[in-house]
Amino acid sequence: MNIIGVIGAGVMGRGLAQDLAQHGHQVLLNDISEEILADAKSSIAQNLRAQKMLGQNPKITESTDTIIARITTSTELDFMGDAHFVVENVTEKWNIKKHIYPKLDTICHKDVVFAANTSAISITKVGSLTSRPDQVLGIHFMNPVPMKHTVELIKGYHTSEKSLDVARTFLGSFGKRSVLVNDAPGFVSNRVLMLTINEAAWLVQDGVASATDVDDVFVSCFGHTMGPLATGDLIGLDTILYSVEVLYEAFNDSKYRPCPLLKKMVDAGLHGCKNGEGFFKY
Amino acid sequence: MQQNKELVRAFFGRFFETGNLTDDLDIFKAGFVNSLFAMQLIGWIEKNFSTTVSDEDLNLANFNSVNAIANFIERKGV
Repeated sequence: MNIIGVIGAGVMGRGLAQDLAQHGHQVLLNDISEEILADAKSSIAQNLRAQKMLGQNPKITESTDTIIARITTSTELDFMGDAHFVVENVTEKWNIKKHIYPKLDTICHKDVVFAANTSAISITKVGSLTSRPDQVLGIHFMNPVPMKHTVELIKGYHTSEKSLDVARTFLGSFGKRSVLVNDAPGFVSNRVLMLTINEAAWLVQDGVASATDVDDVFVSCFGHTMGPLATGDLIGLDTILYSVEVLYEAFNDSKYRPCPLLKKMVDAGLHGCKNGEGFFKY
Repeated sequence: MQQNKELVRAFFGRFFETGNLTDDLDIFKAGFVNSLFAMQLIGWIEKNFSTTVSDEDLNLANFNSVNAIANFIERKGV
């Protein structure tokens, strides 16, 4: 299992492709445009260099070029036919995800397990798009992928124990351990986290505290490494909004209503770290 | 050299308060910055000084203070 398909070269797809390549896997990285793929390779190179410079774990001993050479890119899905395991990381929108799985199902070998790297979308629903729902599961990687060694492993309604074992072996091959949870909107992590970030945005909107002060309470009082708004900026405010919208839609519960300030910021192009400004400037 | 130090300080100023920052303070040890900053710093040096930071250059000692970065830029001959 050393050829891994990675679909979607956004923040998560890039981090995953980097992590896999630096652990010796061959990576097939797919996205919708050559520009995105070129940008992904360049940002992976930058990341590897920053990691090398900081001597962070995992230590990088190979040259950046050697690691990058393990990543093959294409805007077509056909090359996924060579993959031994596929992780899909496209935008958290059902209308985008739903077109990918039926195609993968025909392209990939019948034994291949598909993992949806999602923070909120139903794994059971994703599985229903394929003829192999027992081989579809969720892996919720944390950001930045190379630095975060534990993931949520999500069992859909039809996911088999065998597929979960395949996923555990795959994860172990690049130093990850997993916590198994059942399929429910937002799983464990994001049902709580997205609501927290959304509520923190309400605090700023309502003038209760500035973004700096909201985060300061979490960092200084609770000892969190990062406050909720900086976390939102790191994940991407667009992703936060999509995830909150998915939760709102899934539960039909008004406690998940997206904060208007969050919506406005996303509409204004303030998506966080990835484009230089969110609740904070980068 | 002095001009480069000013440029480095201005770059740092985009991320944290530089008022009390001495030229020798290790900004990584002091906890002012993280890996995201490290990534942006390398990109900034390459773009603004038209130089390449090679794998061999990727030693924290080259980038951990105003002086270290200004010296690195000077050694690169830019």
